[in-house]
Amino acid sequence: MSELIKKAAALLESKSVQVVIGYGKGTGNRTRTIFATQVTECENLIFDSRCVQNLAVYLTKLEIKKLGKPAIVAPVPVLRSILQLAVENQITESDLVILGITSESELIDFESFAAIETFLTTHKIEIEEKYTKTIDAIKAMPVAERFAYWVKELESCFKCYACRGACPLCYCTRCTVDDNQPQWISVASHPLGNLEWHIMRAMHLAGRCTDCEACYNACPMGIPIHLLTKSMLQDVADNFGSYGPSLDKQNTLSSFKPDDKESFIR
Amino acid sequence: MQTENYLIRKPSLEKLFNDLIGGGKTIYAPKAKGDLALFSDVKTYSDITEDYIVTANSAKLVVFPRTEKLFSYHKSKEKTEITDAAGSTFPDVVLWGTRPCDAAAFIPLTDTFNGDYKDIIFNNRRERVFLISFSCSRSDEYCFCTSVNSGPGNTSGSDILFTKLSGGDYLAEVITPKGQLLVSENSDLFETKSEEDKEQQLAVVATRFNQVEIQAKLQNLFENPVWDDKSRACLGCGSCAYVCPVCSCFDIQDEAHGNKGTRLRCWDSCGFGLFTLHTSGHNPRETQGARWRQRILHKFLYVPNKSKIAGCVGCGRCSRSCPADINILDTLTSL
Amino acid sequence: MSNQNIYIPYLMRIEKITLEAPGVKTFRLKFENEEDAETFSFKAGQFGEYSIMGVGESTFCIASSPTRKGYIECTFRQAGKVTSALALAEEGDVVGFRGPYGNTFPLDAWKGKSLLFIAGGIALPPMRCVIWNALDTRENFKDITIVYGAKSVDDLVYKDELAEWRSRPDVKLVTTVDPGGETPDWKGEIGFVPMVLEKTAPSSENTIAIVCGPPIMIKFTFPVLEKLGFTEENIYTTLENRMKCGFGKCGRCNVGEVYVCKDGPVFSYEQLKLLPAEY
Repeated sequence: MSELIKKAAALLESKSVQVVIGYGKGTGNRTRTIFATQVTECENLIFDSRCVQNLAVYLTKLEIKKLGKPAIVAPVPVLRSILQLAVENQITESDLVILGITSESELIDFESFAAIETFLTTHKIEIEEKYTKTIDAIKAMPVAERFAYWVKELESCFKCYACRGACPLCYCTRCTVDDNQPQWISVASHPLGNLEWHIMRAMHLAGRCTDCEACYNACPMGIPIHLLTKSMLQDVADNFGSYGPSLDKQNTLSSFKPDDKESFIR
Repeated sequence: MQTENYLIRKPSLEKLFNDLIGGGKTIYAPKAKGDLALFSDVKTYSDITEDYIVTANSAKLVVFPRTEKLFSYHKSKEKTEITDAAGSTFPDVVLWGTRPCDAAAFIPLTDTFNGDYKDIIFNNRRERVFLISFSCSRSDEYCFCTSVNSGPGNTSGSDILFTKLSGGDYLAEVITPKGQLLVSENSDLFETKSEEDKEQQLAVVATRFNQVEIQAKLQNLFENPVWDDKSRACLGCGSCAYVCPVCSCFDIQDEAHGNKGTRLRCWDSCGFGLFTLHTSGHNPRETQGARWRQRILHKFLYVPNKSKIAGCVGCGRCSRSCPADINILDTLTSL
Repeated sequence: MSNQNIYIPYLMRIEKITLEAPGVKTFRLKFENEEDAETFSFKAGQFGEYSIMGVGESTFCIASSPTRKGYIECTFRQAGKVTSALALAEEGDVVGFRGPYGNTFPLDAWKGKSLLFIAGGIALPPMRCVIWNALDTRENFKDITIVYGAKSVDDLVYKDELAEWRSRPDVKLVTTVDPGGETPDWKGEIGFVPMVLEKTAPSSENTIAIVCGPPIMIKFTFPVLEKLGFTEENIYTTLENRMKCGFGKCGRCNVGEVYVCKDGPVFSYEQLKLLPAEY
């Protein structure tokens, strides 16, 4: 990735950006996010198949914003999140420089968010068959069995909120689960509290989630919470025709158009 | 008491397990879930996995559950009645397959819940826990027990410590009177002491730092760029604290159902921004760096200053589970 | 005590509610259980956890003096979840109270000295406990001066007691409101507490200054006190940080190594200067 390093260094050198957010070597066989503010630090940038953390999560973090304008290493899942953040008016084009990386590990520049959207039309979110099969099997369960399945899966959740922390779209300054006037969701980690949290999380991401699996990767207990968001993606596609971020279409579930076919909103 | 050594044959382990289950004990043991091993309520011996360095979750859940009822109440027009949860019946728990680090963690954990205010719910649970630990024959780069006065064959905190010997049988070190009682109740399973060298069977865990030096350094390190530097990638979740066998910060929350309800103790984490947030909006620990500093200082300065031992047992769970690969050793060795 | 569940609150009946200022109320609480009333004792400066069953607990000081037996009082501003629920409680309702927790103002050591109280806004309640304690044992102290300010006349708490203190010959009371907070008939000072303190210029000789107020007031008051000749060990304040348990276990109120709940909440300026800025 010498080209990536060169590009990142040039951006810092020319002071076009103040920090480069990218992947570096981590512990074990893991990678770790690095925040390069010096040209020399760019040499630590790497990119390979282990680079799965969704770096877009840092674009809205206060501590990172303080570092100044960022350039961000953006493989396809990160690009999707960047586009969704743009759809939700969380970032503007002048806020960042995108060091795009294609599925073939080629560097790619993007002049605008619209260019990302055009690029992503050839990189549509596809839910792998192993997941659709599992989801279908869960959906085919009788209600009681399905409920029991999720109660059991969520049993080991202790509400560390790593799923929330790792999600680029969980940028709310105060999450609903932390609101206490009124207390919408139980703070306690018991079967009801865990269900409430995960249902709320999935629902809040419905029509927004870009299927990066950061939530699942972050879960220290290995709970398959990504099945919930993947299932919501399918539901959105089934009911509204498509999924994936779109500047034009805005958020599937929270945007209104005069020609919407539903009558309840009129 | 003086540690007593016995030999237990491999097949006898299962028998011991079944005897304990038969005797009405609740057994928490490592059970595989995907690539992870989790301390789980296990009823069948074959559900136990041996393929783990440490479990992903910590054994503290048996004495400090993530949600603990402190009392329940019932309100009526005339009066409010409180039912003390300390009067509940707590289960007799056997922790099976704890590592020496897990067992050692019960010492600082018990300290926190005692002192001049004794937490009897914790103590009631603790008294009913029996620890059957297994020495470590493997370790990884996240382990650092030997830097915090423990080690892969350390006995402190355990009632019995099993070490797998080269022939496949186990050395049983009986550490406490509770352990001795178990041996006498199952004397047919425990044979006379083994002569085999325990040390040869243990994983090698390199010493990564000197705890006393770290403690001395931290004394004057409150204002230092290291906190922001090392926590920059922090996502502000509570994963590190929740998998930690020593972390015991908590929240107190009420849950009401009509005129009845409960007051609960729930796990909390210094990594959360809300942890110290005042109602006024003022937050004494405003940034993730300040929160990371609190975590390190608490474990390696405040706790040892008070009780000589660290608030960390070197199990490495926090580093393994961190979704951003923030590594506690990395911070400690860079001070 | 050792086999008692430390999280179980006393049940307290609200005997009297006083509306002190907009959003600020004082509750007089009586023990439901006579025995508790007999055995309960506390000292000036201590605090407790007040609760509404089903809502939760909130931390504030005991605002009444330990010299007034049989009840305790607390004054709170409706702000968060619990205080909002407390604000809805009525006389005769039952609330929970755990305590007393924390250290105390060293009144015994202050015998024979003059006392200067400086408070701002809702910070008078923790001081009121000490003021009444001192006034009820008046012979133990020399001059007692109180400088109290709030945003506006309306925001001054304990209005009846301020009137009582003003009329007492053995108390010097100076009240002030922030510029713009005065009413046409306001007879007190106009200006911020530190400025009014400087103008009042109480003697520092053989005097203890007890300061409590919002951080910004504290920040500007300490230099004025130093200018007036007060030394660090003769200036006291009481800190607050978010708390849950009140007895050093829940892990959030610490300022560096010091737990506000157990080592505090009362600190001398001398002690405070050694603490990191974590409050």
